[in-house]
Amino acid sequence: MTNALPFPPKKDPQKRTLVPTLPPMARSRASLGLGVMAAQGRFGLQICAACAAVQYPPRDACHKCLSDDLPWQDVDPSGTILAETTIRVSPEPYFRERMPWRMGSVRLDAGPTLNCHLHGEVGRGDSVKMALKLDKAGQGVLIALPLKGSEHMQDDPTLRAMSCDPKRRRILISNARAPMALALTHALLNAGASHVFLGEPEAWLSWPERKAFEGMENVSILPLDVTDTSSIAKLSAEIGGKVDILINTATYTRPGGIVDNDTSFARETFEVNTLGLMRLAQGFGPGMAARVQDGINSAVAFVNILSVQALMPDPSYGAFGASQAAARSISQTMRAEFRGSGLRVMNLYIGPIEDDPWFQPLPPPKVTPNAIARACVQGLVDGLEEVTCGDIARDVYARWQTDALLLEREITGGGS
Amino acid sequence: MNRQSYEGVVLTAPVSVPYVRYTNETAHWWIAKALREALGKVQMTPREIDGLSVSSFTLAPDTPVGLTQHLGISPRWLDTVPMGGACGVIAMRRAARAIQAGDVDAVACVSGDTNRIDSFRNLLSAFSRFAMDATFPYGFGGPNASFALLQDAYMAEFGATRMDFGRIAVAQRANALRNPQAVMKKPLSLDQYMDARMISDPIGLFDCVMPCAGAEAFVMMREAAAIAKGLPFARIASTIERTNAFPDDPIQLRGGWAVDIDDLWSMAGHGPEAIDLLQTYDDYPVICMMQFEDLGFCAKGEGAEFVQKHDLTIGGDFPHNTSGGQLSVGQAGAAGGYLGLVEAIRQVTGTASVTQVDAARRALVSGFGVINYDRGLCSSAAIITGASA
Repeated sequence: MTNALPFPPKKDPQKRTLVPTLPPMARSRASLGLGVMAAQGRFGLQICAACAAVQYPPRDACHKCLSDDLPWQDVDPSGTILAETTIRVSPEPYFRERMPWRMGSVRLDAGPTLNCHLHGEVGRGDSVKMALKLDKAGQGVLIALPLKGSEHMQDDPTLRAMSCDPKRRRILISNARAPMALALTHALLNAGASHVFLGEPEAWLSWPERKAFEGMENVSILPLDVTDTSSIAKLSAEIGGKVDILINTATYTRPGGIVDNDTSFARETFEVNTLGLMRLAQGFGPGMAARVQDGINSAVAFVNILSVQALMPDPSYGAFGASQAAARSISQTMRAEFRGSGLRVMNLYIGPIEDDPWFQPLPPPKVTPNAIARACVQGLVDGLEEVTCGDIARDVYARWQTDALLLEREITGGGS
Repeated sequence: MNRQSYEGVVLTAPVSVPYVRYTNETAHWWIAKALREALGKVQMTPREIDGLSVSSFTLAPDTPVGLTQHLGISPRWLDTVPMGGACGVIAMRRAARAIQAGDVDAVACVSGDTNRIDSFRNLLSAFSRFAMDATFPYGFGGPNASFALLQDAYMAEFGATRMDFGRIAVAQRANALRNPQAVMKKPLSLDQYMDARMISDPIGLFDCVMPCAGAEAFVMMREAAAIAKGLPFARIASTIERTNAFPDDPIQLRGGWAVDIDDLWSMAGHGPEAIDLLQTYDDYPVICMMQFEDLGFCAKGEGAEFVQKHDLTIGGDFPHNTSGGQLSVGQAGAAGGYLGLVEAIRQVTGTASVTQVDAARRALVSGFGVINYDRGLCSSAAIITGASA
């Protein structure tokens, strides 16, 4: 049984904010594959292409046949805990602050023995399901989870430290007018978020959908324009100290390719989609990065909702795609810059949205605001860095991972 | 093919430089101190010794090559043995064969490490690639956590209790109280052992060694040379080593000794009953218990019963880790892999003074080392005898 997460006490402004510490960061090159898997919510290990032996710890040559062909593949996560220990003394500051710490040794049905973190509901002799998660250092680590967890299993402190669970946290959605903003607000509150702030650009322009937010409990609409640095600074001064998760939904979409398009539209696209993200990172990022160790309502994640057009050419949306590709690049750099603090950056890739007028002429499948909201919340709960939502985004992302050059030809050159 | 005997080569000049908890001196300093004392015993200058074997974790950025220039030694045979807790016996095996073959005349075997404030954490962080990737990110319990997992599995499998492990630690403390060089000076009762705070369950405070600084050494040469110099010496009756034994065992309940044990006894020409004292590698009592079993003093899983039935102190029916072992003397890095062998040389040559076991003729020394990921990879053992055996 895991106890339900209590409500956090009010922060004492006279106490020093704890400086975030991180678990050990150093890894071999081969072990970085664990993080690649964890970032996508997959459980996988190296499997020898020559003899099928499953390898762990990650290595450079097969321990059965010495082949160096060891691709990462999904593996059955079933295993049994052979031994466990409760560590009460550690020389490493991150763990010292969190003693006692349980870890164990799991025999994976697929072969190897895994030293791993233990969820509070499992112990020696138990059948468990292994998962790869990103820890606060952003590295992929193993945790043994119960086959059938209790109601509040997600509140287990070890697991919660690897997730970006919105429960008991305060979230800022950068643009309330985005098509998925309302669905996201509902999904976050249903997931236990304690407050949702929504940014509203151009507040003097009325928009009928605003009514849906008005009167909602624990929801505030505040002025925010991502193209305006002073607007961001003003909101950050007001609520920056209580933004635990920032979800950037600000998007400016205009169709058209590169050759015959107006660069003034392109400039506006970049102002919102690309530089807007950069301004948000500057305005809210440092404050969030400093509050990563604030306990139950610590700052935990920065979410960028990106079009999957960031990954491919699309003559119908040339400048838009370019702005998304640039935003993705900014997002990756943010990830690198926040790595030392433990603040996670999650990219949520989506395809064309149902009922979005700027994608109106495109054929299905499209992705619904509800689906985006679900994927976003689940990605946060699972602590992911890379999430796809909808058939198009999933399909394009998978093809891009397999062969980005082939994807370009498939998109632009047929290949039926 | 039958293995050739080690006859004609002997061990002499056992040296233990007294350990300290923390030091500002380097590994070079500690090694030099041990070497100087050992060479003094064999009446040789640094220029005269033609063989050197070094084990140390904290020489960086130097290797033993740099050490030769630092210490003014010009060896024609230089070895470095990175087997941690198994390094003493393995250094001895290598040197013995080189001396027999005529590649070298005398080998000074030395191990030592420094221990500065926070150097243990740094040493652990860079211990091995698998540890960095797959052990330390999980609570960074260091070796305490790794051995806690082995002991947890061992207790569950064979029904041993914490009190059984406590008997080993308590007997060693009794031995250590006779040894003025032991870092631990206070008596330890079984109640105190049981009541001590837990470090990494089921490992408690008195299951853990104290990391410290220190050095150990001995010298190997031809028997004729030792006789000519009038040195007390020990002979090698038998010895084994193994690395990465039983890789398919899901968790370590046995060490590499179990692979080679028949070889050890057949080369010695006798069985465990002929052994007068045992020096096991004791980074944790559970590993001592594993050695009692895997070396053949009792059957697998009967280690707990064995320690209940025997008195492990110097005056007991089964003298074990007579100097107090690492658990009470302290663990000076790689010197921990020499501690048992150096004490055994003293015992079978009748020079152990305060810790001397009566009529100690045959000693078995075993080593265990290098938790690379989830288990100790190196094992070694040797039976050494006094001139009278």
